[in-house]
Amino acid sequence: MTVTDTSVRRTPKAAKTSSVFKKIVMAVTGIIMILFLIAHMVGNLHVFQGAESFNDYSEWLRSFGEPALPPRTFLTGLEVVLLVSVIAHIWAAVALWRQAKRARPQSYVTKKSVAQSYASRTMRWGGVIIGGFIVYHILDLTFGVANPDGTDSTPYDRLVASFQNPIATTVYVVTLILLGMHLRHGIWSATQTLGQSNRRRERTVNAFAFGFATLLIAGYLVVPAAVVFGLVD
Amino acid sequence: MTITEQGPHSTPGGTSEKRGMNLTLRVWRQKDPSVKGKMVTYKVTDISPDMSFLEMLDVLNEQLIMQGDDPVAFDHDCREGICGMCGLMINGEAHGPQQTTTCQLHMRSFEDGDSIDIEPWRASPFPVIKDLAVDRRAFDRIIQAGGYISVPTGTAPEAHSTPVPKKDSDAAFDAATCIGCGACVAACPNGSSMLFTAAKVTHLGLMPQGQPERNDRVVNMVAQQDLEGFGGCTNIGECSHACPKGISMETISRLNHDLLGALRAGARPKS
Amino acid sequence: MALELFTVGEPIADTKAPTDVEIGERWSQRRFRGRLVNPANRRKMTIIVVGTGLAGGSAAATLGEAGYKVKSFWYQDSPRRAHSVAAQGGINAAKNYRNDGDSVYRLFYDTIKGGDFRSRENNVHRLAEVSVNIIDQCVAQGVPFAREYGGLLDNRSFGGTQVSRTFYARGQTGQQLLYGAYQALERQIAAGSVEQHARTEMLDLIVVDGRARGIVARDLVTGEISTHFADAVVLATGGYGNVFYLSTNAMGSNATAIWRAHKRGAYFANPCYTQIHPTCIPVKGDYQSKLTLMSESLRNDGRVWVPKERGDTRDPREIPEGERDYYLERIYPSFGNLVPRDIASRAAKNVCDEGRGVGPGGLGVYLDFADAIERLGRAAVEAKYGNLFDMYAQITGEDPYAVPMRIYPAVHYTMGGLWVDYDLQSSIPGMFVIGEANFSDHGANRLGASALMQGLADGYFVLPATITEYLADAPFDTVDDSHPAAVEALRGVQEQVQKLLNINGTRTPASFHRELGKLMWDLCGMERTDEGLRKALDRIPEIRQEFWTNVKVSGDWHSFNQTLEMAGRVADFIELAELMCVDALHRNESCGGHFRAESQTPDGEALRDDENFAYVAAWEWTPEGQPPVLHREALEYEYVHLAQRSYK
Ligand SMILES: Cc1cc2nc3c(=O)[nH]c(=O)nc-3n(C[C@H](O)[C@H](O)[C@H](O)COP(=O)(O)OP(=O)(O)OC[C@H]3O[C@@H](n4cnc5c(N)ncnc54)[C@H](O)[C@@H]3O)c2cc1C
Ligand code: HEM
Ligand code: HEM
Ligand code: SF4
Ligand code: F3S
Ligand code: FES
Repeated sequence: MTVTDTSVRRTPKAAKTSSVFKKIVMAVTGIIMILFLIAHMVGNLHVFQGAESFNDYSEWLRSFGEPALPPRTFLTGLEVVLLVSVIAHIWAAVALWRQAKRARPQSYVTKKSVAQSYASRTMRWGGVIIGGFIVYHILDLTFGVANPDGTDSTPYDRLVASFQNPIATTVYVVTLILLGMHLRHGIWSATQTLGQSNRRRERTVNAFAFGFATLLIAGYLVVPAAVVFGLVD
Repeated sequence: MTITEQGPHSTPGGTSEKRGMNLTLRVWRQKDPSVKGKMVTYKVTDISPDMSFLEMLDVLNEQLIMQGDDPVAFDHDCREGICGMCGLMINGEAHGPQQTTTCQLHMRSFEDGDSIDIEPWRASPFPVIKDLAVDRRAFDRIIQAGGYISVPTGTAPEAHSTPVPKKDSDAAFDAATCIGCGACVAACPNGSSMLFTAAKVTHLGLMPQGQPERNDRVVNMVAQQDLEGFGGCTNIGECSHACPKGISMETISRLNHDLLGALRAGARPKS
Repeated sequence: MALELFTVGEPIADTKAPTDVEIGERWSQRRFRGRLVNPANRRKMTIIVVGTGLAGGSAAATLGEAGYKVKSFWYQDSPRRAHSVAAQGGINAAKNYRNDGDSVYRLFYDTIKGGDFRSRENNVHRLAEVSVNIIDQCVAQGVPFAREYGGLLDNRSFGGTQVSRTFYARGQTGQQLLYGAYQALERQIAAGSVEQHARTEMLDLIVVDGRARGIVARDLVTGEISTHFADAVVLATGGYGNVFYLSTNAMGSNATAIWRAHKRGAYFANPCYTQIHPTCIPVKGDYQSKLTLMSESLRNDGRVWVPKERGDTRDPREIPEGERDYYLERIYPSFGNLVPRDIASRAAKNVCDEGRGVGPGGLGVYLDFADAIERLGRAAVEAKYGNLFDMYAQITGEDPYAVPMRIYPAVHYTMGGLWVDYDLQSSIPGMFVIGEANFSDHGANRLGASALMQGLADGYFVLPATITEYLADAPFDTVDDSHPAAVEALRGVQEQVQKLLNINGTRTPASFHRELGKLMWDLCGMERTDEGLRKALDRIPEIRQEFWTNVKVSGDWHSFNQTLEMAGRVADFIELAELMCVDALHRNESCGGHFRAESQTPDGEALRDDENFAYVAAWEWTPEGQPPVLHREALEYEYVHLAQRSYK
């Protein structure tokens, strides 16, 4: 029986697999993704300058650095960094999730949450939904395979087409709200994980996380809103 | 906390013991680690609001013994909130509805007629011994991994040779008040022991005496808590809220900070 | 003297201290003259240490470090839970950091005087010498003592002294010191030098050819009863205040280890010396399981009073000044609310006996902060005592800022314990006793903040130095399970446990414990009389008789069975209670915590009888039915002059 073993500790495994290391991976990749999201939002706002500007921006992404660099170097680089981040982020998230499950195989009959925010509680399933969304979103707007306008269209057309579809719009809006919550907890969490939080900063960090997430998501939401309300077509 | 503003119910010479609460308890019963447990319902009557939660369970147990039944096993020792031996999940909250230890929770926090669910801490590194008693020695092994300062008896320099800024010493004390009760693990949705480990890392890391072993301490203690099978911390904060000693989330940030520094400095877990 | 109660044996002497040199030289001489054990041989020697409080924890860690094979036992899940964790106030040391005239000699003197001249000069002087090393050791371990803004250690003053020599960590000094020792112990466990036995209770001592060679212990989780052998056995199992049922001790604090060692031949010294602490939260009801201490420091600002009229049930705030009796200030104008513990306790008892006590049962007096709050402001009072006020509010549900606290004396500490010589060795060779478990250095009354000092002195510094003298004769013959002494001890324990389970009577162990406790509190508590003690001595054997025929213990012994644990402890308390009463009855004088109503000054103060009682009473166990044997160890005072205490 385990409880009667003389209880001397065993030798631990390497630090690389430690839970805190995974958290650091998650925080760092999360921050990379956040930086991308800021840029992406700014890019999306080109939509208000008309189709041309938006498509030019899309084109610029692909041709940045030419002719010194082959076409799509920058975009591909970005894609690789993002892909690696997403995979690493998900790997760490899944590993921690499983570790948590193993840590409590038997759940409580009655359990109350006292401090846990809604945002922190939706990190995991929210993350999964965001992950699914990313796949759909790329098929939709980058490749066009999942787009009402199909693959032979400009990015601007595809975007407008998607948001004229109520189902697609709903998917976008719901995911964006979830993403907002993911970031609201994620930013606070990353500050903790990277050891940058303390009692004095705690409130500031939380306020910042909330403000930042709200602004960012608002920045995203104006695009589908503009399409839905006919400001952009 | 319910503090009566009026004077104490003083009747010199006579007893004015208030009694009279009747409660329904649903208690986790499990004979030993090898069998499955279940919730069993009991009634207790004539409970005084001045009783502590454990005294209420004493009443139940005296009843059970007299009926020839097996009394409910639960851990406790000092009954004054300092040894960390007690700890029950009460209506889904670690140590119950107030931020204190189970032994310092009083029945005046409940209402006559209440139904109370009582469960043990649940975490695979805390296997149930019997009923509500669990084995928390995983905590000791985390301390074994580095939660100390190596100073053999008799080798210490004169105490005043190392002044410690009051601010650091006070903050170290705040972290050092952790009583190792395990409520943090019990409350954490991930079953993480992060707050416990962080409290010790913070206590020793804030003292000048703790510096030489600071890097090794943090990598080894963190590695040990994973090895024990605790969950990872995702900064949810239930732990600090349940902690009877109010250990703050700041300690977790501090642990993470130290760990990053230690890994950068090349510290690796002892193998 | 009632000869049927006990017989008198040979006097004993503690001859280990080198009295041929000055008192200040004796400890270093003792260390120098004692034989040593070389490191290679230490690895071959096993030492059992029972208990992981300040005494046992520090001893096990230090012995492990020194290279011995140590086996450590305790009954809780973790060594960090030993009841030392509950000590609040602080720890004394003669550092003289205040430059207020403190010195080793002054600490020595204060302790002898505080103990009402019933402790040994040699031991106490050593304690004072070692005290300074304790602080160094603990600071190096990272114990977060209170500090001043300059970064140096802070001190406060405590009862019975005129200097500030108490080191503290807010109201949790014991906790922080214990964690220092605990961490040192865990370090040794990880290093493999200490083998741990958590949740294991010692139930007997194995004595082979006159030497302590092992213990019988029960694994409280599996129920397994087994033997453990060693070259020496160290008991550090704490005090036995739980004889009184209600005390400030932990629920599991027990006398079992020392009592069963006593039954194997170890003398029990001064069992009647118990300390009753004046400021505890009063009893609320008959379901109450334990009492909680409110630090002595509260008496610095709180004023103690009761109504002048008996049976005055008014809200205390409505009782006008003129109708209050600030009795400590009245009787002891010069010390007022700050008289020593024994005096404050007895005064509270007296006013309650007069029917002027307050609160349920009339067993309480007010500790009023209204004046202090008015004088200093609520914030200042909160800064000083906030955590204690919160604790009080948590337990009683009353707000001590608004209504006066109610307090009452409670059993707190036992000065008595197993007899040991200067080397801390008991009357059984090879068995050493440290911490509160021995009869210690505190005489008839312990000063505040001195128990922590003694526990750590014993464990870190004294025992590791003196035990070598004994071990220098080792290795001893190997013993194992098959040795007749081991077989007998093991069988004895198994039979006792089985017997408890077989009785299947109609009363729970707790009900016997409550009954015994009440009897002891009434008749062998704050005030003792010939008549009362004789009554107790009539009653206790009846309780014992009923216990062994009518107790009900459910379950079996092959599993986790907390009722069985409790039953075994209660059985020992009953026997010990009898010896306490015999000791209290035979000591026909008042001294320190032992107040005999027959021996008081005309104005009601304790009256010592140095002529007849300046000795340690060491009791030898005899088989049941036989009276115990008294061995006297005369106390000689070379350096301190016997004097009557006065606090008026
Ligand atoms: C509430 C309170 C406040 C106090 N405040 C102060 C203070 O401010 N200053 C001061 O100097 N003193 C104070 N004291 C006194 C002091 O704390 C104790 O005297 C001292 O800590 C005792 O230490 P110890 O190591 O001897 O025993 P303990 O700390 O009681 O340890 C006993 C150990 O023995 C083990 N044990 C017991 N029985 C068995 C058994 N049968 N088998 C196996 N293991 C067993 C236990 O598991 C435990 O590990 C206080 C005491 C109390 C109760
Ligand atoms: C209203 C919200 C959004 C709009 C209008 C939008 C728009 C677009 C468009 C038009 C593209 C295609 C660019 C191109 O092919 O040139 C794109 C690509 C992309 N978007 Fe979004 N997006 C939105 C939200 C999001 C969100 C919430 C995420 C992440 C969680 C995201 C992640 C991506 C990624 C990863 C790509 C692929 C980039 C690449 O191929 O390099 N987008 N988005
Ligand atoms: C663009 C997408 C994403 C961004 C910007 C993002 C960002 C973040 C950030 C900053 C954190 C905090 C890290 C920390 O605690 O230190 C985090 C945590 C987390 N993320 Fe993401 N994430 C994204 C996508 C995902 C996806 C696809 C998943 C899918 C599984 C996911 C799951 C999680 C989980 C489980 C956590 C940890 C929960 C917690 O910290 O409480 N995230 N994320
Ligand atoms: S951190 Fe708090 S909850 Fe966790 S073990 Fe320590 S005292 Fe208990
Ligand atoms: S609740 Fe759990 S997730 Fe971390 S912050 Fe506390 S350990
Ligand atoms: S019993 Fe000691 S903390 Fe509750």
